[in-house]
Amino acid sequence: MAAAGLFLLAFLASPGSFSWLFAPMTRNGAPAIYTQTPLWSLTLSHLTLVAVAVAASTLVALVLGVLVTRPSGREFLPLARTITSVGQTFPPVAVLALAVPVMGFGAGPTLVALFLYGLLPVFENTLAGLTNQPAQIREAARGMGLTPAQRLWQVDLPLALPVILTGMRLTAVISLGTATIGSTVAARTLGEVIIAGLLSSNTAFVLQGGMVVGIIAVMIHEGFQALARLASRRTG
Amino acid sequence: MIQIQHLTKRYDGKPVVDDVSLTVERGQIAALVGTSGSGKTTLLRMINRLVMPTSGHVLIDGQDTGGIAPHLLRRRIGYAIQGHGLFPHRTVGQNIATVPRLLRWPADEIRARVDELLTLFQLDPDAFRDRMPHELSGGQQQRIGVARALAAKPDVLLMDEPFGALDPVIRAKAQADLRQIQRQLGTTLVLVTHDMTEAILLGDQIAVMDQGRLLQYAPPAEILRAPATPFVEALIGPDMRPFHLLSLTPAFRIATEGHATGTPIPRDATLRDALAECLWSGRDALPVEGGGVVTLTALRERAAP
Repeated sequence: MAAAGLFLLAFLASPGSFSWLFAPMTRNGAPAIYTQTPLWSLTLSHLTLVAVAVAASTLVALVLGVLVTRPSGREFLPLARTITSVGQTFPPVAVLALAVPVMGFGAGPTLVALFLYGLLPVFENTLAGLTNQPAQIREAARGMGLTPAQRLWQVDLPLALPVILTGMRLTAVISLGTATIGSTVAARTLGEVIIAGLLSSNTAFVLQGGMVVGIIAVMIHEGFQALARLASRRTG
Repeated sequence: MIQIQHLTKRYDGKPVVDDVSLTVERGQIAALVGTSGSGKTTLLRMINRLVMPTSGHVLIDGQDTGGIAPHLLRRRIGYAIQGHGLFPHRTVGQNIATVPRLLRWPADEIRARVDELLTLFQLDPDAFRDRMPHELSGGQQQRIGVARALAAKPDVLLMDEPFGALDPVIRAKAQADLRQIQRQLGTTLVLVTHDMTEAILLGDQIAVMDQGRLLQYAPPAEILRAPATPFVEALIGPDMRPFHLLSLTPAFRIATEGHATGTPIPRDATLRDALAECLWSGRDALPVEGGGVVTLTALRERAAP
């Protein structure tokens, strides 16, 4: 992990020094490293886009998950399930195609696509975390005189946290990969490198774009797993 | 004091608890006994309004509980359940502090109370305060569950099969400790159990329930000597009657002048223990610590109604 992280940092800081690695994959003297836009700046805007999208879908999915597990919101569960499932099954490319006429080119359509795509994992895991709690704990919390809001904040959410983090992990990793297609509608992501490679038949570009996304995905995956472990370790 | 007046709970028109009335005097233990589905747990849960009664009233110290917001009522009533229900993400100290924190006690008062309760339940505060529930044994978890229920010094404590998950050796100790602590604090206690032995051991009064109805509400000796219905008799178990009856009296109560040989039995040993000792050691009389003897003849007299 640490080695992969160091390699990534070194590559982003000075891509030129790694041209020997990618040179064998170029043809007819094409450049080995993408230099149109600095890779580190693409990486940053890619990560920002993903972070904003994940934060938004987590927030909405969490609120939705909490609402439909309240007694008064239970009848909206099927509706919420439908919305999040459609968000997941509707292809992000189609979302981009539909959003561009409304929002124009740039980061906007990509954010919408990632947001919709990321709702389902957090929503379903919030639901599972909040409803699969031992009956005794629920009973004890009521019997002690905690109000419904106090039960939610002090008992239900802390105990559901590891499962919710797992949902966030799925959403983050999926969004990280999916964000690359945003570059087809002029969002600044690492997809730009991959698309440039595809257009000019330069395998080196495709590979370095994919490699950066891949390494970051693995690191995010590990990071969320570590967080979830930390959250569940105390409860044993 | 808890007064239950014509309390009824119906689900879809079917009564689960059917017109039950009983009074638990201040500082007494009432044991609700019955088979599963008898309505005993529903009756208990109506006292702190975890279940809303269909009709009838529950008065605590003369005040109708129907007029108090349920969550505020529950903070005044201790509640301990089978398998303890401790919050797994909170330390032992935080678990015990649950209700005092809800009642906004000052922090130093809460800390002192936590330590006081841990000491009361024979757990070293410094060793246990910051442990997590999963690090404790079953018996320790159960004690923390009861300590948590007692934290805000409630006048009334409700327990639903609190010893159900414990193995027999730990259970006997836990029952004895509870009895002692309850006497010490003067708490009014309502306890649900399916185990008649536990009801006889702990109850000042026993309420026998079947199919939502209260069949008999009386002190253990009366339940044993004069069961109101064949069901009550069956629940006691005819083969156990003499032994239950003997278990109600400590040995020193019937100790008389006389002479006996061999190891003496403790003063507080029950007559049932004395009988067992007589049979096992082949003696007709046992010396009691602190003077007097208990004879087999006296035991036989006490074992029949």
